[in-house]
Amino acid sequence: MTAEHSIAREASVNFDPMATGRALMPRRLRLAVGCFLGLVAMLPTGCAALRSPPPAAEFQATPLPEPSGDDLAEFERMGHSLVEQEEPVDAPPVILQGAVVLTAHGERYDPGYIVIRNGRIAALGEGAPPKVDDAHLIDVSGDYITPGIIDVHSHLGVYPTPWAQAHNDGNEATDPNTAGVWAEHGFWPQDPSLERAMAGGVTTVQILPGSANLIGGRGVTLHLVPHRGARAMRFPGAPEGVKMACGENPKRVYGKRNETPATRMGNVREQRAAFIEARAYRDAWRRYRRDVEKAERGAPGAKSLNELQPPKRDLNKETLVQLMEGRLLAHIHCYRADDMLNLIQLADEFGFSIRAFHHALEAYKIADILADRGIAAATWADWWGFKLEAFDGIPQNAGLVTRAGGRAIIHSDSHTEIRRLNQEAAKAYYAALHAGLTLTEDEALRWITANPAWALGIEDQVGSLQPGLRADIVVWDRHPFSVYARARYVFVDGVPRFDREHPGAPWSDFELGLEVSP
Amino acid sequence: MNGRRPSRVVCRRIMCMVRCMLRRSILGVFCLLGLFSLPLLHAQSASHPKIGTSEPSPVSGSNARLPLLFVNARALLPGGIREGVRVLIEDGYIAGVDPEGDVPANARVIDLDGAWLTPGIVDPDSTLGLVEVSAEKASVDMSSGRPIHPAFDVLDAYNPRSAAIPVARLGGVTSALVAPRGGVMSGQSIIVDLAGRTQAEALVKHPAAVHFNLQANPASSRAETLRVLRDMLEEARIFQWQRSAWERNSSRPFTYSAADLEALGPVLEADVPLIAHADRASDIEALVRMATAQKIRLIIAGGAEGYLVRDILAAAHVPVILDTFVDGPGSFDQVFGRPDNAALLYAAGVPIMFSTFSAHNLRELPQYAGNAVRAGLPFEAALRALTETPSDVFGLPRSGRIQEGYRANLVVWSGDPLEFETQVLHVLIRGREMPLISRQTRLFERYRTLPGTPNPPPPLP
Repeated sequence: MTAEHSIAREASVNFDPMATGRALMPRRLRLAVGCFLGLVAMLPTGCAALRSPPPAAEFQATPLPEPSGDDLAEFERMGHSLVEQEEPVDAPPVILQGAVVLTAHGERYDPGYIVIRNGRIAALGEGAPPKVDDAHLIDVSGDYITPGIIDVHSHLGVYPTPWAQAHNDGNEATDPNTAGVWAEHGFWPQDPSLERAMAGGVTTVQILPGSANLIGGRGVTLHLVPHRGARAMRFPGAPEGVKMACGENPKRVYGKRNETPATRMGNVREQRAAFIEARAYRDAWRRYRRDVEKAERGAPGAKSLNELQPPKRDLNKETLVQLMEGRLLAHIHCYRADDMLNLIQLADEFGFSIRAFHHALEAYKIADILADRGIAAATWADWWGFKLEAFDGIPQNAGLVTRAGGRAIIHSDSHTEIRRLNQEAAKAYYAALHAGLTLTEDEALRWITANPAWALGIEDQVGSLQPGLRADIVVWDRHPFSVYARARYVFVDGVPRFDREHPGAPWSDFELGLEVSP
Repeated sequence: MNGRRPSRVVCRRIMCMVRCMLRRSILGVFCLLGLFSLPLLHAQSASHPKIGTSEPSPVSGSNARLPLLFVNARALLPGGIREGVRVLIEDGYIAGVDPEGDVPANARVIDLDGAWLTPGIVDPDSTLGLVEVSAEKASVDMSSGRPIHPAFDVLDAYNPRSAAIPVARLGGVTSALVAPRGGVMSGQSIIVDLAGRTQAEALVKHPAAVHFNLQANPASSRAETLRVLRDMLEEARIFQWQRSAWERNSSRPFTYSAADLEALGPVLEADVPLIAHADRASDIEALVRMATAQKIRLIIAGGAEGYLVRDILAAAHVPVILDTFVDGPGSFDQVFGRPDNAALLYAAGVPIMFSTFSAHNLRELPQYAGNAVRAGLPFEAALRALTETPSDVFGLPRSGRIQEGYRANLVVWSGDPLEFETQVLHVLIRGREMPLISRQTRLFERYRTLPGTPNPPPPLP
C-alpha cells in the first residue's frame, strides 16, 4: 500500500499514523492497519494508534478532494480532524409569513412567506404560505426578511474584544511569508463581538489573518453558532482562504526593521519568490510520488522503496500549492488600482485565480478589468484617508463596480462595522443612486449576502433565499437599508440563534457575571 | 504670548471695537481681520474667552450674497419640527423665520417642497484640518509631541484647504471643534466653520477647550494621571495669584512652564471647558468629582460607560460627547458599553453630542445619531444633539438654531436627515451656499465611464 509507505516515513516527523489511515481506508480496516503501522514504525505514538477512532472524528467540516495518491491533499485532510461535534438541533418546520421577502436573487415578495424544514429553505413565495403539517407559524407582518449577512473580511476572534495584548493573534508578523499559519488556530471563540455581529444579522464570517505579511496565512469561514472551538464553527464545505497583502502594510512592517520588503518592488519580488518555491515543492512531491509508484510497479531502473526519501514538509509552501491547485481561494488586501493590477499579473504568472480584492478602495478605477476577470471587490462604504493608498476612496465604489458588471462586496474588517453591515450597504447604495447610477435594491443587498457567499465559495449553500439553500435568515423590524432597522430574529440553519425580545445569557464566557441592568 | 498677557481692559476694548465694526459693516470686519487678524486672534484667545461674544468673519467668495428665501421647509425650529416654514437669509444671518411683510425684491426663492431644513451639524471633537492622511506623519499636526502641554494650540496648524473639509460638508457638517490629540494634556482646540480660505476666516472660537485624556495607561495607574491633572490645576491657580511675583522673579518655583499654566487660566475661571476623554464609568465619576472640587467646566468625551453614572453626570451638568459605534466591550475601559448609552444619558437629563473623533469620517455623524435613535433616543433629541447642543455647550455665537438673528449655517435634506436614502441638497455656511463638490465627487466623475482613458489627450493644437 503506497499510502502507508510514505506515511510510515512521515511518522518520523511527528505524524499520527492513525489519522492518515483513517483518511485512506474504510473504517473497519483502520484499527488493524493502525496497529500494524504503530508497531512497525515502533514509535511512541503506537499506543495512540491502538485506540479506536471515535466516530466523531469524521471529516465533515471541510470536504476536500478524494484521495488520489496526492500526498499534499492527504496532508490537508489530516490537518482538518474534527474533535468537537456539532449537536444536531431537532426543530419542527417553521413558517415565516407576512413579511416583505428580499431574496438577493432577484425577487421581492411583498408580502411573502418562507417555509423552513430540516435547516433548509423548503419553499418561499408571494402571498399566503402553503399548509405544512406540524409547522410552527411565525407572523412577521410588516417586517422584512433577507438572507443572513456574510462578512468576507473579519478579524473577530483573532483580534477580539475587549482589545488585549494577550489576544493579539491576528498577525504572525515575524516573516513576510507565513502562508502556513491558520487564522482558525488563533481564533478565540469567546469573543463578545461574535454575538453582537449576529445581533446585526450576520450569520457567516470569514476570519482572516491580518495584513502585516505579504502572505499572511489561511482564513477560515465560520458559521455564527457558538462552539467551544473554531473548528466546529467551520462553515460546512467552505474552502479556506489565503490572505495576501500588497501595498503599504507589509513594506512598512518589514521596512522598519530594515528587512525586505521595504518597497512595493520588494513586495512583489517576495511574493513571486514564494510561489516559485511553492511550485518547486509541489514538483518535488510529484516526483517523489512517481518514484514510489515506479518502485512499486518494479519499473526498470526504479529505485527501491527504502532508498526513497519524501521531501521535507513545509507548511508555507503547502498552502500556496493548494492555492495554485485551486483548492483554496485567494483573498488579497489591496487598495490601489495599480497594486491590484500587479497582483493580477502575479496570479497569471503562477496560474492561480484571485477570488477577491479586499478593501479595494480604487476598484472603481479598474472596474472593467475586475469584471472581466471575475474578481470580486470587497470594500467599505465610505472609509478613506487613513493612509495614502486609501486617499482616493469614494462612496460610489461598490456602485461603480456593480455597474461595470463586477461583483462588489461590502465588508467590515471591524468589530463595530460588522454590527451594521446593512447600514454600510445602504450608504453605498444611496451614494451611488444620488450620484446618478442605476442600481436595484436587490443588487445592493447582494453586496452583503450573495456576493460574499460567492467569494467564499459557498454561494450554492447560503447568500440568497432559494429553495434548498441553508435557512440562514434575518427578520428585520423595518427595511434593512433604514438606519433604524434592527434584526428581530436571526436563523442559522433554520435554528433561531437570536431573538431580540428574548435575549439569553451572553454567549461569551467573558461577559458572564458582568451583566448590568441599567 | 510667552506668558505675557494683555490686560483685560485692553482686550475688552478690542472686543468692543470688533463688535461695533461688525454691527456697522461686514467690510469693516474684513479690513480688521486683514490688518490685525493674528493679533486679534491672540487677543481673543488669551484675554476674552467670554462665551458668545466673538463673531466669526464672513466667508469670502466671489458671488454677491443675495438674500435667500427658503419656502415650504420642514424645519427643525427651537420649539419643534414644523412644516411649511419660510426662512429668509440675509448677510450671513437668518433674517427671519416666517417673516411678516415684504421680503427683499432681489431675494432668491427656493421652494423646498417639504424638504428638511436643519442647522448645520457640528462635530464637537474632530481632528479635521489637522490630519490629511492619518498614516503619513508629515501630514499630521494633531500632537505637540509632549505628554503634558496645555499651551499647545492647534490654531496655527489648522489647514482650511484640507481635502477632508468638502467631504465633511457634503454630509451636512458645517462646523467642527478641531482638537489636539495625544498625551495626558493634549492642548487647546478651536472651533471652525467648514468654509473660508484662511484660518482667520474659518475660525469661530479660540480656544474652544483644553483636552485631557484619562484612559488606561500602560506606564502608570489612571489615578496618577488624574493626580497630575489636579496638581497642575492647583499650580495654575497659584501661578495666577503669584503672577506679579513670578514676573519679578520672586515667586515659588513652578513645575510647569508659564505658558502651560497660563493656558489653564480660562479653565480655572470656567470660561473654557476641559474636555476629558474617558470611557470607564469609574473614570467619569472621578473626573466629575475632580471638576466639582476645582469648580471647572467638564465635558466628557467618549463616555462609553456613561449611562452607569448618568445621575452623577446630570447632577453636575456635565455634557457627554459620544461615539455611538462604541456600543460594546471594545476595550477594558468599555466593558459595559451599550447601544442605548445615548438614550439612557438623555433620559437622565445629560446633554449629549456625537463625534466621530476623526478627520475623515465627519459625514457619518447622521448615522451616529441614527443609531442612537435606533437604540431608543428620541428622534428630535438626536437632531439637537448634532446641532443645537454643541453650539450651546461651546457658546458659539448665535449658532445652532433656526431663529432670527442666528448665523445661517444651514442644511437642506431631501428627507429625514438621519436616513441613508436622504440626500444633502444645500449646504449654507454663514449664509453662503457651498458647492457640493469634493475631491471624491471629481474622482467619481473621472471614472464613472469605463473602459476608456480617464485622462484623454487634449485636441491637437
